[in-house]
Amino acid sequence: MGTPAIELKNITKTFGPIVANKDVCLTVNKGEILSILGENGSGKTTLMNMISGIYFPDHGQIFINGEEVLIRSPKDAFKYKIGMIHQHFKLVDVFSATENIVLGLKDDGKYNLKASEKKIREITAQYGFELEPSKKIHEMSVSEKQTVEIIKVLYRGADILILDEPTAVLTPQETKKLFAVLRKMRDSGKAIIIITHKLHEVLSLSDRVSVLRKGEYIGTVNTAETSESELTEMMVGKKIELNIERTKVEETPDRLEIRKISCVNREGITLLNNISFTAKAGEILGIAGIAGSGQRELLESIAGLQKLNSGEILYHNPTTGYTENLRDKSPVKIKELGVRLSFVPEDRLGMGLVGNMDIIDNMLLRSYRRGKSAFLERKKPKDLANKIIEELEVVTPSAKTPVRRLSGGNVQKVLVGREIASSPTVLMVAYPVRGLDINSSYLIYNLLNKQKENGVAVIFVGEDLDVLIELCDRIMVINSGKITGIVDAENTTKEEIGLLMTKNDGGESHE
Amino acid sequence: MSKSASKSHEPLFHVVKRASIPLWQSLLIRAGAILAALIVAGLLTFFLTGLNPIDVYATMIDGAIGTEKRIWNLFQGIALLLCVSLAVTPAFKMKFWNIGAEGQALMGGLAAALCMILYSDKLSPAVLMLVMVVTSVVSGAVWALIPAIFKAKWNTNETLFTLMMNYIATQLVSYFSYKYSVPKGSGSIGIINSSTKIGWFPSILDQKYLLNIIIVVILTFILYVYLKHSKHGYEISVVGESENTAKYIGINVKKVIIRTMILSGAICGIAGLIMVAGTDHTIATDTVGGRGFTAIMVSWLAKFNPIMMFLTSFLIVFLEKGAIAISSEFDLNSSFSDIITGIIIFFIIGSEFFINYSIKFRESKKEAKSK
Repeated sequence: MGTPAIELKNITKTFGPIVANKDVCLTVNKGEILSILGENGSGKTTLMNMISGIYFPDHGQIFINGEEVLIRSPKDAFKYKIGMIHQHFKLVDVFSATENIVLGLKDDGKYNLKASEKKIREITAQYGFELEPSKKIHEMSVSEKQTVEIIKVLYRGADILILDEPTAVLTPQETKKLFAVLRKMRDSGKAIIIITHKLHEVLSLSDRVSVLRKGEYIGTVNTAETSESELTEMMVGKKIELNIERTKVEETPDRLEIRKISCVNREGITLLNNISFTAKAGEILGIAGIAGSGQRELLESIAGLQKLNSGEILYHNPTTGYTENLRDKSPVKIKELGVRLSFVPEDRLGMGLVGNMDIIDNMLLRSYRRGKSAFLERKKPKDLANKIIEELEVVTPSAKTPVRRLSGGNVQKVLVGREIASSPTVLMVAYPVRGLDINSSYLIYNLLNKQKENGVAVIFVGEDLDVLIELCDRIMVINSGKITGIVDAENTTKEEIGLLMTKNDGGESHE
Repeated sequence: MSKSASKSHEPLFHVVKRASIPLWQSLLIRAGAILAALIVAGLLTFFLTGLNPIDVYATMIDGAIGTEKRIWNLFQGIALLLCVSLAVTPAFKMKFWNIGAEGQALMGGLAAALCMILYSDKLSPAVLMLVMVVTSVVSGAVWALIPAIFKAKWNTNETLFTLMMNYIATQLVSYFSYKYSVPKGSGSIGIINSSTKIGWFPSILDQKYLLNIIIVVILTFILYVYLKHSKHGYEISVVGESENTAKYIGINVKKVIIRTMILSGAICGIAGLIMVAGTDHTIATDTVGGRGFTAIMVSWLAKFNPIMMFLTSFLIVFLEKGAIAISSEFDLNSSFSDIITGIIIFFIIGSEFFINYSIKFRESKKEAKSK
């Protein structure tokens, strides 16, 4: 292997009490592609942001070409020929590709678009990009915009390129093209770091893989000498005992039946691909998957917030015995059908609650329509608010405190408390313990278990595999909007789920 | 080049958003702001004109509330401004930036004026009054409904749209001013029905403005209850705070936008009616007189609370009337009164910053530690 282009030694970065990176060591050689692999929240992006000058490490050293350097700003990073391509593009829509690429450059006051365009054409020809430099950004596809971002850093002479989940927004064909370009850049001696959590991409593209888990550096392996299962184990770690009680489910009726639902967004990207499953009453169905695999769209389509292109959402009503199709019905319509559906969305303050309203008014969100009067009835919501504060031990000055002033755990208690207060038959929760301390987390787990015992069909979208395995009865794994497997939580392992989460588009058997 | 060099990036002070502020503290900040404004304006008066600031302020107060007639005029002014402010409030609470109150009120006024011109001799006074009320309310509502539909259906920018609607309203008024001008060709309508007083609001207890004031007081309470205790008002708050939450609980956001803008425009129409039938008895392009824009400030300063809006509109009208008295009494250019009003309002709005944010200075201890 070549000489090291960049070396990190014992890099540590903390944000308040949270350790984002702990003693991370990494080396990238010239002429190689290094993948950084890790689950959500494992500290990949934080680490790269320190190399590109957005954050400054608390401890540790960075060496470039063998010399220790301090990178305090993106400008410093550029000086050391480091270029980062972010997940979210930073381009001016009404400018052309060329204008965006030269934007901010100080060419001794010269502004010669013709010359710049010529240089851009040289770069595109050299690496095999497909780009028309005079095209405006707003006329471009996502992949073209990404190309502009990459050329932007190459134009500035970057020798070390960092790409943050570059394939997340690309179609498989575009991904192939990107990889071809990246290989060419590697062959011309550039050092390339790509952040990803797609195992098959790691294996097909990179020379070496470094794995991070919960902010810690786990190790680096040569791609040629590793396998998917080894990488998965490095990524998810050994099983941890959490001691969440799991009550046995008896044979219970089907409550919600999802039949072949698909959903394509306006850009033509498939969000949900032929998903079919059944949620039973008195059971917790876990949903595992890398963030953005379609979890949100799935829950929102059940809740009546997401239009579907095909499929059916069938609800078996236990009181009437009828079956209703909930597809494309509004939340109000669903409620009118007598479907008691509760939903704890991922975005608590932006969707589940209104941050500037107090706890009482947030209780009203679900019940304000009650009664024929044109005026609000605040007595019952007030009682409910006080009941939730007392029973769930919400720490708040009073029921009249705006919820945005509460801590994350207490906000979640208010939201979950409200959602289970309507005694639902289906309860959907998305990342209910994200950002919560251990005690609040267990309180939420117990609440969910209690709902399950009461015969509620609980759908739990989670990210911590240990929790999913201990809490849920069955776990459904999705990847890129497709089900890659439904496993029995008692007889599964983290490795199995991890593999399913990162499985290559091999879901044909489910179609 | 050591690590400590990088730590000294921390600036001398930084601004922190306050979680909450006790009521007495916020009142203290506001009172301090007014005091500071009076001192600055006083100093400026002294150095620019050589007048005694105390005299100037005394004149100001006298100009606003010196005689019974002035007090009535003050409250009439408050009523007009407050009425337009009430109109923009539901829209602003919904985060729909309706800056077209000027045009909406003008359309309401135009409708009332046209009714007075065209139907005075055709309808009985009572029926005419009814027709005036209905057409004013509808005209104002339609003027607000058009941008609302475009916003709901195609997500157009409501700020630009409502602003442009103002110009159309102004042009329409110019057209009719010319068409019905008295004398012909003068371009202004003049007092309508000055002898018969048909279509004029009646005087109550010999006070010509009392009816205007009563209407606005009633409207204020209705709007307060509507926003705070009605289901519609609750929906407006939810849509304004978070459209995602509104969708999540099944509020039809488009419907709420359209419904609220109809209400906003309708109240503007009433404001226009009061200006024409209860005040000017004529229509001109400057009938609304910028109140559509001042109303935005009144509404914001009162944090969209209709009862508080009485206080903010009182403050602004008081300053306006006082400022006019200064410029005539001391023979100063009218711009000078604008300067004083501007300074006072600047300080009051500026004080909101200190109510929402506190300033934290860099701790010297922390720096010592990092070195």
